[in-house]
Amino acid sequence: MEILMSVLAGVLFMAGTYLVLAKSLIRIVLGTAVLGHGALLLLLTMGGLKTGAPPILGIESTAYTDPLPQALILTAIVINFGVLGFFLVLAYRSYQELGTDDMEQLRGTEDE
Amino acid sequence: MNNLVILPIVIPLLAGVALIFFRKQIRVQRYVTTLSLLLLAVVTMVLIQQVSDAGTQTLNLGGWDPPFGIVLVADMFALLLMLATVIVAFCCVLYGFRTIGEAREKHYLYPFIHFLLVGVMGSFLTGDLFNLFVFFEVMLLASYILVSLGGTKDQLRESLKYVLINIVSSMFFLVAIGYLYAITGTLNFADLSMRIAETGQDGLITTVAIFLLLVFAIKAALLMYFWLPGAYVVPPMAISAMFAALLTKVGIYAIFRTFTLIFYHEPAVTHQLIAWLGILTMIFGAIGAVAYWDVRKILAYNVVIAVGFIFAGLAVFTEVALAGSIYYLMHDMVVKALLFLLGGVMIGLTGTDQLRKMSGMIRNHAALGWMFFLAALALAGIPPLSGFIGKLLILQGAIGEGFYILAAVGLVTSLMVLYSVMKIFMNGFWGENQLSVEDERMSTRGLLFPCAILATITVGLGLGVEWVNVYALQAAEVLNNPQLYIEAVLPNAD
Amino acid sequence: MKTNDVILQTIASVAAFIILAFAAYLFFAGHHEPGGGFIGGLVIASALVLLYIAFDMETVEKGIPVDYKILTGIGIGLSLLTGVGAMVLGYPFLSHTYEYVDFPFFGEIELATSLLFEAGVSLAVVGAILTIILSISEDV
Repeated sequence: MEILMSVLAGVLFMAGTYLVLAKSLIRIVLGTAVLGHGALLLLLTMGGLKTGAPPILGIESTAYTDPLPQALILTAIVINFGVLGFFLVLAYRSYQELGTDDMEQLRGTEDE
Repeated sequence: MNNLVILPIVIPLLAGVALIFFRKQIRVQRYVTTLSLLLLAVVTMVLIQQVSDAGTQTLNLGGWDPPFGIVLVADMFALLLMLATVIVAFCCVLYGFRTIGEAREKHYLYPFIHFLLVGVMGSFLTGDLFNLFVFFEVMLLASYILVSLGGTKDQLRESLKYVLINIVSSMFFLVAIGYLYAITGTLNFADLSMRIAETGQDGLITTVAIFLLLVFAIKAALLMYFWLPGAYVVPPMAISAMFAALLTKVGIYAIFRTFTLIFYHEPAVTHQLIAWLGILTMIFGAIGAVAYWDVRKILAYNVVIAVGFIFAGLAVFTEVALAGSIYYLMHDMVVKALLFLLGGVMIGLTGTDQLRKMSGMIRNHAALGWMFFLAALALAGIPPLSGFIGKLLILQGAIGEGFYILAAVGLVTSLMVLYSVMKIFMNGFWGENQLSVEDERMSTRGLLFPCAILATITVGLGLGVEWVNVYALQAAEVLNNPQLYIEAVLPNAD
Repeated sequence: MKTNDVILQTIASVAAFIILAFAAYLFFAGHHEPGGGFIGGLVIASALVLLYIAFDMETVEKGIPVDYKILTGIGIGLSLLTGVGAMVLGYPFLSHTYEYVDFPFFGEIELATSLLFEAGVSLAVVGAILTIILSISEDV
């Protein structure tokens, strides 16, 4: 299972990198979302997949799953969500204001 | 347990939240901002005195003991940077009252400045890697908004790149955290340090360390500074000054913390790498600073040079050199903010940031000119101003430990720094006065006061070196002896 | 374009209340079982977003006249103040406590200060999510 998850994280990183390197702004935004999922999946896999009962009061078991990576991932998901929301709005506003979503045309200022 | 340690995070957070309710009342916003920053300064000074008397202070949030709970650690290094942060933020905000403009102020400018401070303070105080990530993100989110607030074309264009680079580096940060957790099973700084000291820093851990170095280097603009000139040029000058003084410094702090406390076992690999990164950063920064004729760009590249120089102290890794780096960090925060604010006044007066279009301003603005001269000398490290001692200690360490290239590049780039800021001074203030008082785009009323505060501190840091050095040496002592930090955080560990 | 959304509107107005009830359950279950303020807030937000989708914005704003930015502020403030409360009483920041209280009719119920903290979290989540979604959808 760990190997499968690692491969999946790799695929997500690959797709994310491809999208981030695209010219179109919306693809870049989506690329960061995909990259984020890859990183979270990797974090989950690295913290150890399910190794026992959920660590909740009242469940008797000899082994419990480590709750720390899950707490980390929940926090990271929230942060990613916030950043993604902001990035989407920013991309939309820039498209309105600058009239283009092509990163080639968003290089430095003219007087440089 | 010391509840005072949480206050530098709670005060700006509470103030920022409260200001959301007073969106339209700009006067209220300004008063609350000033008040909370003053309060923050007082709390930080009290903490510095406590740490100086009783050693590193910690707070286990919610009473959960580390390494399982969240712990905040206030050691001297963090506190000195925090004090510099508060002073700089205070001056930038005072400057911002006059220059930023109501449109931005009504769109939650002050709440986001507070949230930026929450992130900066939290990053300095946190005792584990994951909360470092969280506070980094708090700081970055606030900075994204401050860069783009106002929504001019330049701002939107540059903030897109700034946001993208930081999102990608944050992803790398998460990946590095994942690897480190898989290897060691903990993320608490003190616990990590102990475990790695026990098992030894093998190749895998060193690789993860370099990966973390990459992440922090992007945030600290160590060699990976390509995002910096763009993002620091577009926002209003008060905000640029705050960024120049604070944002990269947090990345620098993270590298210092991790590479003195956790990954200090393989200096031949990691610290050598940091030395080379520092050398390249200084060279490229110097080229940029010398090449441009644009006030904002020159100042932004000066930020890059300073980053390279500060890392020289870490690369050398002796207690004296570390003290030099700490001292230089504080000096750099103050003097960079000062230079940015003064540059902002120059740009505001002339309405252009091109050096070739300004000249002779010293006739009507003597105070401005001489303060700029003072800041330029301090930046270049002329005694008795504040840059001198830091440079001296770092270079002493570098030469003593045989880092001759590092020392040579540091000295040569100091000259380049002097040249680049003198270029601004000579072109902007010397020569024929082209600007009559009537043609000026704004008045300097109220703007020179925050600059004067910073200038006084620059001089004070230089003249009061005996007094400041006591604290800088205490900070370096903790950095150089990880055991001190571990004992403070995990008092029951054997 | 005029769309026929009678079915959506009829179902949404009933479903929103079921979702809100579920959110309340999740919120209170969170103390010992899976659930909590964060997920409860998300579910509340989803009920409100459903209403925004089914009806137009003016109608919902008439029914729920709340500025979500203010709501976020109230939420964060409430959570923060529970932490500060512990500090004022001399415990470490964010310490929480609980007590079993005997209520007439309901019997013995556990009351915890972390409930206040979670309430703040869920208010902040509702406010933040709706602020984001509404600001994206406002001028499209």
